[in-house]
Amino acid sequence: MQDKEIKDLENAVEQIWEVARGFGLDPYPTNFEIVPATVMYEVGSYALPGRYSHWTFGKTYHRMKTMYDFGLSKIYEVVINTNPAYGFLLETNSPIQNKMVIAHVLGHVDFFKNNSYFSKTNRRMVESVSTHAQRMMEYEFKHGRKTVERFLDAVLAIEEHIDPYFFIKREIPIAEEKRRAEHRVKDGPYDDLWLLDKSAKAAKSPETTDDDKPRERLPEKDLLYYLMKNSPSLAPWQRDAIAMVHEEMEYFVPQMQTKIMNEGWASIWHARIMRELDLSDNDHIEFANLHSGVVSPQKGQLNPYYLGFKIYEDIERRWNEPSKEEREKFGRKGNEGREKIFEVRELDNDVSFLRNYLTEELCEELDLFVFELVEEEEWTITEKRWEKVRDQLVSNMTNFGFPYLQVEDGDYNGNRELFMKHNYEGTELDMRYARKALEHVYTLWGRPVHLETVIDDESTVLHFNGDEHGED
Amino acid sequence: MSIQRNDWSLQRKGIIDQERHKDRVKEAIRKNLGSIVSNEAIILSDGKRTVKVPIKALDEYKFRFNYQKGKHVGQGDGKTRVGDVIGRESRPGSGQGTGQAGQDAGADYYEAEVNIDELAALIFEDLHLPYLEEKAKKAVQSRKTQFNEIRRTGVIANLDKRRMILENIRRNAREGKARFGDIKKEDLRFKTWEEVMRYESNAVVIAMIDVSGSMGEFKKYIARSFYFWMVRFLRTKYDNVEIVFISHHTEAKEVTEEQFFTQGESGGTVVSSAYQLALDIIKQRYRPSDWNIYPFHFSDGDNYYSDNEEAVRLADELIATCNLFGYGEIGEEGSSSYRRSSGALLSIFSDRLQHKDRFVGVRIDDKEDVYPALKQFFGRRNVETPA
Repeated sequence: MQDKEIKDLENAVEQIWEVARGFGLDPYPTNFEIVPATVMYEVGSYALPGRYSHWTFGKTYHRMKTMYDFGLSKIYEVVINTNPAYGFLLETNSPIQNKMVIAHVLGHVDFFKNNSYFSKTNRRMVESVSTHAQRMMEYEFKHGRKTVERFLDAVLAIEEHIDPYFFIKREIPIAEEKRRAEHRVKDGPYDDLWLLDKSAKAAKSPETTDDDKPRERLPEKDLLYYLMKNSPSLAPWQRDAIAMVHEEMEYFVPQMQTKIMNEGWASIWHARIMRELDLSDNDHIEFANLHSGVVSPQKGQLNPYYLGFKIYEDIERRWNEPSKEEREKFGRKGNEGREKIFEVRELDNDVSFLRNYLTEELCEELDLFVFELVEEEEWTITEKRWEKVRDQLVSNMTNFGFPYLQVEDGDYNGNRELFMKHNYEGTELDMRYARKALEHVYTLWGRPVHLETVIDDESTVLHFNGDEHGED
Repeated sequence: MSIQRNDWSLQRKGIIDQERHKDRVKEAIRKNLGSIVSNEAIILSDGKRTVKVPIKALDEYKFRFNYQKGKHVGQGDGKTRVGDVIGRESRPGSGQGTGQAGQDAGADYYEAEVNIDELAALIFEDLHLPYLEEKAKKAVQSRKTQFNEIRRTGVIANLDKRRMILENIRRNAREGKARFGDIKKEDLRFKTWEEVMRYESNAVVIAMIDVSGSMGEFKKYIARSFYFWMVRFLRTKYDNVEIVFISHHTEAKEVTEEQFFTQGESGGTVVSSAYQLALDIIKQRYRPSDWNIYPFHFSDGDNYYSDNEEAVRLADELIATCNLFGYGEIGEEGSSSYRRSSGALLSIFSDRLQHKDRFVGVRIDDKEDVYPALKQFFGRRNVETPA
């Protein structure tokens, strides 16, 4: 890219920023970086630059890069939720693609900053993951690459099973930690200085013991946390590795909870911002093409960009021009559309977004339906009533699409065995995967593990004792 | 707010982890060698350099829903109705429809692109010709010429045109002309060679195959995939191994490699005919004092009863003259061992052969048995070979 093009792009960023602010968007300052495809796909496959090494990232990278090399798919942009935020632009993007991407990125960054589900997100995550990577590398050096890799295989098998509201749990130990710190005898070279004025207090209170620990609260949804804290078999480095994965998942969970909203929001704003820019006719056509590529319905599948985009537009319309009924029943005054969508972007996640704002008219317009496998061979549309469609969609989004598992007992059979329960809500687990994943849990727990679930409408418990699987 | 460009040229993380993934794939291949060795895609590859083989696993196992049993939400073009069929479920691998497919039904396969040479290296890792001896008299020095140097003078027949053109362009460029032409003597480059002497024991492998009427598709396929790897193995590991191909039904004849691998089947089975021919060939062309001799024979063991006596006698004679005699008996596909006892040749051999120390008999009932058979024939002696 020529210096002149970069200069132009810098001007465009300034301009787009101003337009975005004018619309009421409130993003973090954002640094854009132009990168070659290899870097783009690397960031895309790790989701954050500089994370620890694992073959699964390599697998994703290889697949994405191959798709790109064969012209099957292309990422125009990757955005990193930090403060300041980062937007990566592909070096082969045309100027108009870059402008659209910049507008789109600012939409995402506004969402990251203002949606309440991100309120506890670590905005310096890039630094955190790079220290994680450093530590993971030290563990590899010390314990062997294979050992660490195998262990991570097990941890990653259950990485989604964390508690999205973990920060509540975290705040309790922090208070606890403070309380303990007051009593702790420190052993740094100068810490005895502090001790002088505290010694009186310390002398009075008894030493803290393990009995002081808050009793574990069961059931526990956060499998990673539970195993890290309570597994009878892990070495300190292994607990640390789990903690690192946990921390990174805490960072990703809000993104998993708001995929449709986030993409819809960015798409709405890139469209509006681009309309404000003074584009030539040719540029405008190129943009229209790109935009329709992003928000086009895909046959059979659901395009989150499109779905989110349509719902925001619909909300805005309904709050701008409420029907007579809506005026009377809900007291909507009209012309509150803009205000309303900003409120939605702040308060909702995908589940509540769809539950609250996917309407009958929208379901019909988008031609949404429920489909399932009939007689094990034909995927058939089985439901079109809009409430059913909406409820199915919401149910599939719950727990970001993963089965809801809980630890019920860490001393099952009085024998330090782990008992987990799948909260069955109508869809069975993939049994082959479940058995393999159970083996991974065994690796982390080190003693027999059990999982209660439902197969063919019957409650079933899967067992794995390290050698063989059982079920009853 | 800023636009930056940095130098990312040293960034290799994705590629490094891609290598880690490749390592895992390799490991999976190593674990699945048994099924890969007899994979059609490879045996029928016809000299292609890479083939796609299905490899079990490399999945990232998680607790997830059974997609087939779930309900999903989709989007149509505006005209969908309840009852419309939007897709069909295709079962992976069902197209092959062999008897064994049922075993792994429902398993996910990962199509890995495999370079046959790399695969061969894995398979042959610890294979070798057993009991190979220095046959003193004729320890043939193989003289090999290796072109390994470039000089400015030499025989015109050995002119390296490519380099000459390159040198010419370079020289022109130095003189400020961007073109090719006006070749002068100093542009000429010649390839020169070195003679390398290799000392190696002479070895001949006599590959015998039963092409009688009872050798059906599956059996022939098994024999063929065994010999495919054997030939490949011998040619990669040893410069100086001759292979004699013999096919037989009631009569035996020496055939070309191509005929050997493509011949149709007919007639009854007289095993001794092949052994007799092998002994004759040995007598005429490969004196045991000069050659390491390895006869291998694949059959379904369904020999004429009246011939068994003679077959055993000749087999004993073969063993006495050769380094190792390998016999592979191929069963019906999928049926394990019900015929093992009866009149099949393998059991007769193991009962009646006088010299068993240099005899290896293997029973193959399944494609996956081919690799263990290779290991039994060519694996390290006196060491338990893990199947």
